[in-house]
Amino acid sequence: MDRILELQDVGFRYEKNWVVRGIRLQIKRGTFLGIVGPNGSGKSTLLKIMDGILHPQEGDVLFEGISLMKMKRTQIAKKISMVTQETHFHFNFSVLEVVLMGRFPHLGIFKFEGKRDLDIAKEALRLTDSIDFAHRPINTLSGGEKQRVLLAKTLAQEPEIVLLDEPTTFLDLRYKTEIFEIISSLIKEMGLTVVVVSHDIDLVSQYCKEVLLLKDGKVFDMGTPKDVINSENLRELFDCQILVDLNPITGTPRVNLIGGS
Amino acid sequence: MEDIQGPPVTPKKVIIISSLSIILLLIVATVSLILGTAHIPFNKLLLLIKGRLGSNDPAYLIVFKIRLPRILLGGMTGYTLSLGGVVFQALLRNPLAEPFILGTSSGAALGAVIAIVLGMGYGVGVPLMAFGGAVFTLSLVIVFGKKGAGVESSTILLSGVIINAFFTAVIMFFIATSTHTLLHNMLYWLYGDLSQSRFEAINIIFIPLIIGSIVLYGLSTHYNLITAGEEEALHMGVEVEKLKLISIVVVSLMVGTVVSFSGIIGFVGLIVPHLSRMLVGSDHRVLIPVSAIGGAAFLIASDTLARLIISPSELPVGVVTAFLGAPFFIYLLRKRGSRWIES
Repeated sequence: MDRILELQDVGFRYEKNWVVRGIRLQIKRGTFLGIVGPNGSGKSTLLKIMDGILHPQEGDVLFEGISLMKMKRTQIAKKISMVTQETHFHFNFSVLEVVLMGRFPHLGIFKFEGKRDLDIAKEALRLTDSIDFAHRPINTLSGGEKQRVLLAKTLAQEPEIVLLDEPTTFLDLRYKTEIFEIISSLIKEMGLTVVVVSHDIDLVSQYCKEVLLLKDGKVFDMGTPKDVINSENLRELFDCQILVDLNPITGTPRVNLIGGS
Repeated sequence: MEDIQGPPVTPKKVIIISSLSIILLLIVATVSLILGTAHIPFNKLLLLIKGRLGSNDPAYLIVFKIRLPRILLGGMTGYTLSLGGVVFQALLRNPLAEPFILGTSSGAALGAVIAIVLGMGYGVGVPLMAFGGAVFTLSLVIVFGKKGAGVESSTILLSGVIINAFFTAVIMFFIATSTHTLLHNMLYWLYGDLSQSRFEAINIIFIPLIIGSIVLYGLSTHYNLITAGEEEALHMGVEVEKLKLISIVVVSLMVGTVVSFSGIIGFVGLIVPHLSRMLVGSDHRVLIPVSAIGGAAFLIASDTLARLIISPSELPVGVVTAFLGAPFFIYLLRKRGSRWIES
């Protein structure tokens, strides 16, 4: 199968200790990959490496066979986009203005967004079900609305890969599901490739095609949700009592936390 | 469903809003030419512009030799300080940022004070020393804040604050040990003094102002993105480190050049960007021209008042900008909240 992004024995450290090391990973075009792991296991670092903003000291990251380190930032931003954990705008912009910012890598200096850019932004707003508040100031939206707008901004970038760093952390149950639902439909409709870092393992197991378990900066296990999300793996990964059974409706692995042990 | 007519910012919108700002600027400048200790009626001004009055007419001297260069210098200074304020507020994601926040002004002030103590003239010595001080401070801030390929925002901010404090102490030393006349000159310089304006200064400022404006305007969309954070901008394709370095150097050199001739004029670079943001929003493709032109108009108006209030004597223009600016700003804050900043 066609691989879009390849990590070749990637190792990265900020200072002395390796944050991630020996990561060998092939991401297939059109897949939905979930990365799961405890706090500090290197998940966010791994995403930043995939977006080329951190350069690994060991190994290489290839987008369609070309090293990210040899590509310019705008070049990468046309192919790979990222929704960060928390984005805060320090001055006031409308939702439409924010989504149009996604066109940045496609516009040159002294250029303005034209009709085509506007159409792309509108489509992105429609796909994320956020067109109704296009004229509202971004900082007045609720968490769920804002996350959808940031996803729309990412789509306006017209990337081939979308990376999401814990997109559902601050959302309630309904919005959590909604985000995963929107992402799945985007993969189907637009052939996007998506990598999500998430602590919502139930949602990862329902929506993702593949799951990577990360522990201490190394790949602990990787495979389909049914293969890797099981009691033994999660107990070892998170070092706590967990029972994984099957969700009676979807038939996907379900996490049950067991306290008091 | 809300309808979306067109992109929020178009070249047409930028041109219309900038033209309106320029009209305002021209009105302010014209009024400033008329008003003063010697009143020049409007019809006489028209005759002067048409060239009907000879160069030995006293009105000719007042308008073309005294008021016009002063208006031009004031306009360019206001323009540069507001432009610098807008850029630094975006770059540092700090609504309190102003063009002097990195210490450039105190470096320039120290240079100027030393030049005044040494008895250097206002034509060459003082501006040259002030500019040298500004460049020296800029290099210090960059050296202190250097990290990898770029500079770290929090470090340069802190360096700026500390350099400011240190240089202010040195300036105070000179003030404390100076004679009465020198003291007067120093204080006027420190609060902004446009009374020494000459066409030579305007020629020197003009070129860096044009080049700097083009460079900074070209980076408008970059400033939009960086308001959401450096990492966010990086993900979107902005070369953040390059952006910071270019902006800091360009703004500081532009500011260093104007303050060398005008002295330290506070408040313009803080208040005009905020007023402009209230009026036209946060997109820098509109915000930058409106702030810059608005800054020019604001400073010309303030300087006209500085000439009038205790006429025939005059106040340092920085006193007027702060005296008018501060209460007006508080009024707006109370009335509007800080909605235009973050909502």
